[in-house]
Amino acid sequence: MSLLTRNVARCLIQVSSRNIHSTAALANPPTKPQQRVKCTLIPGDGVGPELIYSVQEVFKAADVPVDFEPFFLSEVNPALSAPLETVVESINRNKICLKGILATPDYSHTGELQTLNMKLRNELDLYANVVHVASLPGVKTRHQGIDAVVIREQTEGEYSAQEHETVPGVVECLKVVTEAKSLRIAKFAFDYAVKHNRKKVTAIHKANIMKLGDGLFLRSCEKMAKLYPRIQFEKMIVDNATMQLVSNPHQFDVMVTPNLYGNIIDNISSGLVGGAGVVSGASYSASHVVYEPGARHTFSEAVGKNIANPTAMLLCASKMLRHINLLHYSQQIYTAVNNVLKAGKVRTKDLGGNATTNEFTKAVILSLK
Amino acid sequence: MALAVRFAKQSTEKLSPLLRRNFCSAYELQHKNPIQKRIAAIPKAQYGGRHTVTMLPGGGIGLELSNYVREIFRYAGVPVDFEVIDIDPNSETNDDLDYAITSIKRNGVAIKGNIETKSEATGIISRNVALRNELDLFVNVLHCKSYPGVRSHHKDIDLIVVRQNTEGEYAMLEHESVRGVVESLKIITVEASERLSRFAFEYARKNGRKKVTTIHKANIMKLSDGCFLETSKRIAKEYPDIEHNNMIIDNTCMQLVAKPQQFDVLLTTNLYGSICTNVICGLVGGAGLYSGRNYGDHYAVFEPGTRNTGSSIAGKNICNPFAMLNASVDMLNHLGHTQHANAISTAIYETIVKDKIHTADLGGTASSTDCIQNVLKHLAAGQVSWKIALDSEEDESDFTFWRFA
Repeated sequence: MSLLTRNVARCLIQVSSRNIHSTAALANPPTKPQQRVKCTLIPGDGVGPELIYSVQEVFKAADVPVDFEPFFLSEVNPALSAPLETVVESINRNKICLKGILATPDYSHTGELQTLNMKLRNELDLYANVVHVASLPGVKTRHQGIDAVVIREQTEGEYSAQEHETVPGVVECLKVVTEAKSLRIAKFAFDYAVKHNRKKVTAIHKANIMKLGDGLFLRSCEKMAKLYPRIQFEKMIVDNATMQLVSNPHQFDVMVTPNLYGNIIDNISSGLVGGAGVVSGASYSASHVVYEPGARHTFSEAVGKNIANPTAMLLCASKMLRHINLLHYSQQIYTAVNNVLKAGKVRTKDLGGNATTNEFTKAVILSLK
Repeated sequence: MALAVRFAKQSTEKLSPLLRRNFCSAYELQHKNPIQKRIAAIPKAQYGGRHTVTMLPGGGIGLELSNYVREIFRYAGVPVDFEVIDIDPNSETNDDLDYAITSIKRNGVAIKGNIETKSEATGIISRNVALRNELDLFVNVLHCKSYPGVRSHHKDIDLIVVRQNTEGEYAMLEHESVRGVVESLKIITVEASERLSRFAFEYARKNGRKKVTTIHKANIMKLSDGCFLETSKRIAKEYPDIEHNNMIIDNTCMQLVAKPQQFDVLLTTNLYGSICTNVICGLVGGAGLYSGRNYGDHYAVFEPGTRNTGSSIAGKNICNPFAMLNASVDMLNHLGHTQHANAISTAIYETIVKDKIHTADLGGTASSTDCIQNVLKHLAAGQVSWKIALDSEEDESDFTFWRFA
């Protein structure tokens, strides 16, 4: 009770002080800043370029002060691809990047085991992938009101690219788990929860089978949880987690996972709220962010057909603007996309409509305020 | 060796939390025990170029001041997010404080106002002191540089006070041995003095300073202050490029008010440091202008230079906001956001020196919001990237934006 009264009093004090002083100081804002921000752009394979075009159109219409530095990066089309070093250098300089999905062939031409995606992540140390899975208005799905965040470690684990054939017919694929990286991703998840007023963090693991590898991950999460007494901590085995996700997804808040489980959970939860076309994501390092759609599908069968859904990419762009403090533009684009989805008049094929990518983009531009 | 570390870790984990607390504090875990010192530091809270920083508004004018800082950061587009933690001054428990300390441990950096401790129960120690001890913030640095045009007794003062922050007279070891006789222990250790002296000389060298003066009272307290003085003399030999001398505290106070320009870097024990900083701040324009920095091996806490809550002027819109703003500039420099730090610091300088917008404590008539308004005006003219749009109404702390109602 005393806690409640204290909190109420605190809110009142904060609100009143904000009204007295803070808004007074901003009552007469000076001139608008003219500085423009640079952002690296990787259109990616498949429908990536079409989606990026949509973002550029919307940015132009909203007069967003962002300049893109485009690089064509591709693994399936190595002859046309820009060298990785150039792209990395650009992201290092700009700190932010908007990226489509890079297609990954099932076999390697050169015998190299690392994919281009993995190289990019390792070069920049983009260790944390964040996918916010939230039900969108006007998108019909089995479950409504889902609001969860999947945080995935993406620089080690099963994606170590260390495979070898010891004797003919026996292949070993190493899953590497380190304490430093596990602590780092656990801390990222908890810090994310604190910053975004989340209540619970669930660690997804398979420590009952992989007692040492996943055990280390789980112990690191437990250790970190002790530093966050006001955030609830839970653990769940990955097979159970997938079942719970499709039957009762509302129980999840923030999930923190090792690499491969995170990939699977990302895709399941994206499927729950409307598919790869509507879910945005971001990969963080200590000093860079790369924004890319949450479920990684190139949708190459739709290239040139003008049917892909640009929602995911537009939401990525909106989040990027928020990150660089262009809150106004971020909100503007976000609201516009939201309104178009809510009205439900212009829907792309994946949401059960017949609208083209261009029509959707136009609808978003028209509802920009 | 690795086995020993593991064993040491496990053996402390087996203790109950209460027992462990009495057995050894986090301070001891970190620095006193050479085996456990090797425990890896907590990873930094820096994601995608944005830092998370703990903010403890504290009592009195602290709330107003921290709101100003947030507003200016939002306006200048500083890539820093605050985790704001309020500490209830009337509380009889240490829950809020413990949480604040945990938060600083995981964020690494904090900015704070002065925290009030109203409880007089002996179990509740001063929260400011507790914070410093728990985080082992062994050094407090105050840089005083005169602002031309500010009403003051002396001109062209530019000196730095490096103060021991965790032991000495503030050891909080007091007892009544027989009725009517109270003993208060002053603790000086070679280890802490050495660490402090080394910090002072390194700091002097890094910032191009010429001279370090050790402040002491070794003529009376021959053993305790003597130890401090001897240690600093020994360390000084490792830094032949920096001049070193020493001065007795009473003489120092007189020299400070008579001829403060003779000093460069002052190296002091805890209580003398407190006195010196207050004297100096009084000389150059009061408590409202300068910021203090507290450093430990792993953490840094930034605050207004003289530690006063200013409860009597809270909520009246007359307090001087520049001490806290300078603290925020220090914080940005520490985090490496020098571009933003320079922009804000230039705006502060222009406001104080060129525009002469002074609050009542400097003899002016401006309100706190006038000062902030003017700083914002200068920031708008400056070139800072990642600026926010000015017509936005969203609050930085309001993250519900990403959710659907």
